[in-house]
Amino acid sequence: MSNQKVIKNLKTFSTAAERFEGSHVLCPGCAHSIIVREVLNATNDNLVVSAATGCLEVCTAIYPHTSWDCSWIHIGFENASTAIAGAETMNKVLRKKGRIDPSTPEPKFVTFGGDGATYDIGFQWISGCFERGHDFMYICLDNEVYANTGGQRSSSTPIGSSTTTAPAGSTSYGEKRNKKDMLAIMAAHGSPYVAQVAPNKWKDMIKKIQTGFDTKGPVFINAMSACTTEWKFQPHETIEASDLAVDSLVFPLYEIIDGTELNITYRPKNIVPVRDYLAFQPRFKHLFKPENEYIIEEWQKRVDAKWEYLQKREEARV
Amino acid sequence: MNSKQMELNKVEVWDGNTCNAQAFRQAAVDVLAAYPITPSTNTVETYASFHANGYVDGEIIMVESEHAAMSGCVGAGAAGGRVATATSSQGCALMVEVLYQCSGMRIPVVLCLVNRALAAPLNVNGDHSDMYLTRDAGWIQLDSFNAQEAYDLTLCSFKIGEHKDVRLPVISNQDGFLTSHTAQTVRPLSDKVAYDFVGDYLQVNAMLDFTNPVTHGVQTEHDWHFEHKAKQHAALMGSLFVVEEVFEEFEKISGRKYNLVESYKVEDADVVIVCLGTTYETAMIAVDAIREETGIKAGVLAPRLFRPFPLTQLASKLQNVKAIACMDRSAPGGTVGTLYNEVAGALFNTQARPILKNLVYGLGGRDIIVNELKEIFVSLNEEAKNGKLNGKIQTLHGVRGPELSFYEH
Ligand SMILES: Cc1ncc(C[n+]2csc(CCOP(=O)(O)OP(=O)(O)O)c2C)c(N)n1
Ligand code: SF4
Repeated sequence: MSNQKVIKNLKTFSTAAERFEGSHVLCPGCAHSIIVREVLNATNDNLVVSAATGCLEVCTAIYPHTSWDCSWIHIGFENASTAIAGAETMNKVLRKKGRIDPSTPEPKFVTFGGDGATYDIGFQWISGCFERGHDFMYICLDNEVYANTGGQRSSSTPIGSSTTTAPAGSTSYGEKRNKKDMLAIMAAHGSPYVAQVAPNKWKDMIKKIQTGFDTKGPVFINAMSACTTEWKFQPHETIEASDLAVDSLVFPLYEIIDGTELNITYRPKNIVPVRDYLAFQPRFKHLFKPENEYIIEEWQKRVDAKWEYLQKREEARV
Repeated sequence: MNSKQMELNKVEVWDGNTCNAQAFRQAAVDVLAAYPITPSTNTVETYASFHANGYVDGEIIMVESEHAAMSGCVGAGAAGGRVATATSSQGCALMVEVLYQCSGMRIPVVLCLVNRALAAPLNVNGDHSDMYLTRDAGWIQLDSFNAQEAYDLTLCSFKIGEHKDVRLPVISNQDGFLTSHTAQTVRPLSDKVAYDFVGDYLQVNAMLDFTNPVTHGVQTEHDWHFEHKAKQHAALMGSLFVVEEVFEEFEKISGRKYNLVESYKVEDADVVIVCLGTTYETAMIAVDAIREETGIKAGVLAPRLFRPFPLTQLASKLQNVKAIACMDRSAPGGTVGTLYNEVAGALFNTQARPILKNLVYGLGGRDIIVNELKEIFVSLNEEAKNGKLNGKIQTLHGVRGPELSFYEH
């Protein structure tokens, strides 16, 4: 079992001793930093963290500074998962060989990657690590765009979003395809625990992160990470944007245990229309033109269908 | 060590891949992450059989690609232990991104590179295209000419790379098939002598040392990047002296002497072949034969250390030579061969400015035989006598069809 914190309320949680210091250059309002703080503050365990190339990495470890008061490594864009797999394996060997005292508590291994690093270029490496069953937690900071290189589409970019490589124009409504269902894919890898989290629902998130730390084997967490710069809302509106995402069920919060037991962990009291979520973010502004409105309707239908599906699966336990 | 020791005979019959695997086992590698590719596959298979039979108490991670293999090695090395892998050709090409990241982070991984051609066309046989591909990746590179040397130099690689003043990854090169798959007599060290020579792993900035958290693989800007790279280069250049030291120590325990530059009958030679890998031994036979048959004063020279390149040591050995054929076993890609460039660079600022020509040969595993090398010595000798090149600077030696030569002199 891990050495977890007992977190009673937001005040004590937010004033916990930091292992992710404030001295970073992420944009004001960036959800990446909120999520990382919540993850690192959820446990007192020793941590070994790897980060994929992306906003988080380039903004938190610029020589001669670092924001990380824990073991940390960045290699490349695609291979953060395998870096942790190497470290995790070395930990096993050094304990077996007695070069680490086996009575010292086991550290926890965590990887952070953006959606580009996770859904696209790093997918093969993550798949390999999950198939081999390494004991670590992979956390995707899902801002639905390649933010660090200036806002290109990824396979997490939702339909209708205007990005620099899938821009809306006089003959295009922007991104043409639906977001990849990464959680289903990772559950299908035989992961003992996968979950979606959002930083605004911090209690739900902490619970899932702590469950992840307590789970043996590869754990996948998809964290919705609102990006003020590419979603184009004001820095103080991050939590509002996140609330709209989970309350509209565009980003439902649920978990899948051992690939079968599905639990919905947050049910909005008042479900917000998808329109409201989209209207909040100028990246979808062009969808409100009459010729594009059908995309919003289709989006709503898909969200409804997914919600129904999740509820049925929860009930059926399959 | 909890693993079983292996009783080895004074003389074993091993191929080059077995030599790699035995060196990994005796160095008690902690983590090996690997992916199969001909002709280096057998290194990993042999090592896996040692593991399966209790001779290894480290871990093997059989990853899904070579890029992941090297990524796993870097992560494991940064965690604080001894790591190694093996690859060839396309696998090496897929690793290249991570090779730079590994050396930039100063993680002393040992990579046994079993040299093979790069596609297209797809070819599984030996040439030096993959060795050249990794030329500027910041790794120390040793080159062996037979199986015994592959074993010896792989053991030395751990000691060199992990040295506290070096902390750099090392590639131990050998020729695909010619060395990797050819059973040869090898005199191994005992497990104890070998391990004592390599020594315990020197832990530096380990991620598993939680009293000193460290940040590996930072981002730099123009304000610091140059200084990082300068220090890395200084360590790489300085490793040359560590290599010499390690070679001396190795001679004491094995009786086998290695030099930064290996040469045969170069001292009084008029004409010399400079090459890499197994061609060195073939050329030694040609040197003896041509000297006996014609009296031509021939010699052969090969850098033992490909990176850092032993420029001055090589130049000093070639001061009295009149004509040199530099042999490059890699498709040259629009210029003279890499080895030719190195040798030209070494000699340009010295008194000796011998005739220097570039022969591209043996691509994709094509044989080079003693008679061909003798012919090269004969024509070099004519050029030495006439004081000028007979033909262009670069020739694709032995290619079928009309002669292909390039670069006027
Ligand atoms: C092999 C490789 N290809 C491309 C890049 C350029 N690159 C760096 S970060 C990045 C985008 C990162 O996007 P994402 O993973 O979504 O993370 P975010 O920055 O949005 O947090 C890209 C394309 C790279 N570093 N390496
Ligand atoms: S661009 Fe987006 S993800 Fe990147 S630092 Fe800014 S807000 Fe965060």
